[in-house]
Amino acid sequence: MDATAEQKYDYGVVRWFTVMAAVYLMVGALVGVYIASELAWPFLNFDLEYITFGRLRPLHTNAVIFAYGGCALMATAFYTVQRTCATRLWSSKLAWFTFIGWNLIIVSAVISFPLGLTQGKEYAELEWPIDIAIAVVWLSYMFNFIMTIANRKTSHIYVSNWFFLGMMVMITYLHVVNSLAVPVGLFKSYSIFSGVQDAMIQWWWGHNAVGFYLTAGFLGIMYYFVPKQANRPVYSYRLSVIHFWALMFGYVWLGAHHLQYTALPDWTGSLGAAVSLAMIIPSWGGAVNGMMTLSGAWDKLRTDYVLRFLIMSLAFYAMSTFEGPVMSIKTVNALSHYTDWTVGHVHSGALGWVAMVGIGAIYHMMTKVFHVQLWSTKLINAHFWTATIGTVVYIVAMWVSGIMQGLMWRAYDEYGTLAYTFAESVEAMHPYYAMRAVGGMIFLLGTVLMVFNILMTVAKASSQGSVQAARTAPATA
Amino acid sequence: MAMQESMERNVWGLVIVLAIALSVGGIVEIVPLFYLKSTMEHNSAPELVWQRQEGQTLNDHKPGDGMRPYKALELAGRDVYIREGCYLCHSQMVRPFRDEKERYGHYSLASESMYDHPFQWGSKRTGPDMARVGGKYSDDWHRKHLRAPRSVVPESVMPNYPWLKDNPVNASIGDHMKGMQMIGVPYTDADIAAAAKEVEGKTEEDAVVAFLQVLGTMTKLDENKVYRE
Repeated sequence: MDATAEQKYDYGVVRWFTVMAAVYLMVGALVGVYIASELAWPFLNFDLEYITFGRLRPLHTNAVIFAYGGCALMATAFYTVQRTCATRLWSSKLAWFTFIGWNLIIVSAVISFPLGLTQGKEYAELEWPIDIAIAVVWLSYMFNFIMTIANRKTSHIYVSNWFFLGMMVMITYLHVVNSLAVPVGLFKSYSIFSGVQDAMIQWWWGHNAVGFYLTAGFLGIMYYFVPKQANRPVYSYRLSVIHFWALMFGYVWLGAHHLQYTALPDWTGSLGAAVSLAMIIPSWGGAVNGMMTLSGAWDKLRTDYVLRFLIMSLAFYAMSTFEGPVMSIKTVNALSHYTDWTVGHVHSGALGWVAMVGIGAIYHMMTKVFHVQLWSTKLINAHFWTATIGTVVYIVAMWVSGIMQGLMWRAYDEYGTLAYTFAESVEAMHPYYAMRAVGGMIFLLGTVLMVFNILMTVAKASSQGSVQAARTAPATA
Repeated sequence: MAMQESMERNVWGLVIVLAIALSVGGIVEIVPLFYLKSTMEHNSAPELVWQRQEGQTLNDHKPGDGMRPYKALELAGRDVYIREGCYLCHSQMVRPFRDEKERYGHYSLASESMYDHPFQWGSKRTGPDMARVGGKYSDDWHRKHLRAPRSVVPESVMPNYPWLKDNPVNASIGDHMKGMQMIGVPYTDADIAAAAKEVEGKTEEDAVVAFLQVLGTMTKLDENKVYRE
């Protein structure tokens, strides 16, 4: 029990964000498994308009990105900024506003997507009134974070906070510009941009939602929790400075690689692809810096299940940040674009990196903010293996189906005509779609174990009164 | 490193430098698309866009006359297409490859989506591309396919959309056209005034079919002309 920390810092909102992050990961994975199953077994659409693939897919992506990802980023940012700045949150009230506001936005997404309310731009589907709410709540989060840093008791701003700040600024840009729309009703609007310009702005948003929200923000998580859990300092300060600025400056350019060979001018796509290739270096800089933090302490992986999540996440991060630049090479992109390979690549990042590093942070924070040991360490280990195996099954299925699709679409027979109809390529995907659904189910099982473990831990903390005890214990500092 | 040192001590300085560094890539890649003439093919090939004469209605447009705004019923169909998330499985962007040419037709031009708010190029082909689906199948085929895709394509994994034939088209489609007009789509006030009548008695299924049937048919592309370098 760390009574000093409980009294010194504001953990109330962190506790809620942490638990909700775990719950939303499970919900997001559940919706994902369902829509994956719809593709394998279409009868699961049950002729109900509210649960078709087209309406639930935005719910899945928004649930994992904004509900899980958002709560994980808000929990960790509010937790680590206090710890690294040795000061309380600037405003507890504003932090609660962020929590309640963000969760209301999530509820509105759960209602509006099945009803078919959408702006029709990927990962930015929420309609304009909700977009305005997102901007307000997001700024409340950023302002509180900056003011807490401004109030810090330490001399320097720690590296994890740089990454969080970069994410907050960039997401503000992206969300505001990409969501510009003219309302034609309370729940209907049209993007003010059209065609090729709209496409470029959408993928500037789309790729940087990945690059900043899911990469920079989660690197912020990595830079605090890996050294903490391993009890070692960050491997290289110099490396962190270089890869931070390279990532901030460079990632912004990548969006154009989503539009190669389209009606986007060639210069834009090629520029995006060239910078994408160069991004291997800063990306791997982060992965190496995280992994090498363990040097001299690798034996901890044998006993520390939470650390396993963190290190496995870095392995997946390194792999998908290698795969991404490869897929942005024009000749590879010609094959991979429009196929399941892209879906597999996203999930090696989302399940392997984003989910796993977040899960590691969630388990770490649970013990710190509830002042108890986790209810079961065995369940953490079981979760680790289900998460890892589920992810691998998923991405292998998508590699095979994606490459097969790409090859079937461009295959010619001996007479120089197309060898396969499109429908034949759809039929060939069936076993892999089923395999992907199974991989997702294995991953989902792990998240159920996590939520159960976390709720039991909360129950344990509440029956022991550990939080109350930490609050009232005489400080021993 | 002195600059790094000072930013690590001053959060406002760090935020400002970040705000600048983060804006460069987007500005360089996005802003030129709004003014570089070469971005839109109709700047060098004006015949790609329909030149509407005074007093003409959208119904005076013939297939091949050039890009025009969607008619009221087509726009209503497009709204349904977006609502149902069709773009998540169907692209509307043919790439300049031999196999795509044979499967879907001429590669897509930027000018062909000049009135598309938002763009519907898509990112995934769980189903085939839609950019030139107009006229490929009969209206009847589309209706059967929308109600029960596997009745005409046994391998399909598309959901059934039986509710479209029962839902009347959104009667306030004129307001949607007015919104489009505000952001530069050349609807006339007469187009907007006539909208409600154009969609009277129509179902969402009629609207989706009208939308699908117009895709790729508005403008005629010359096989021998190089529109894009």
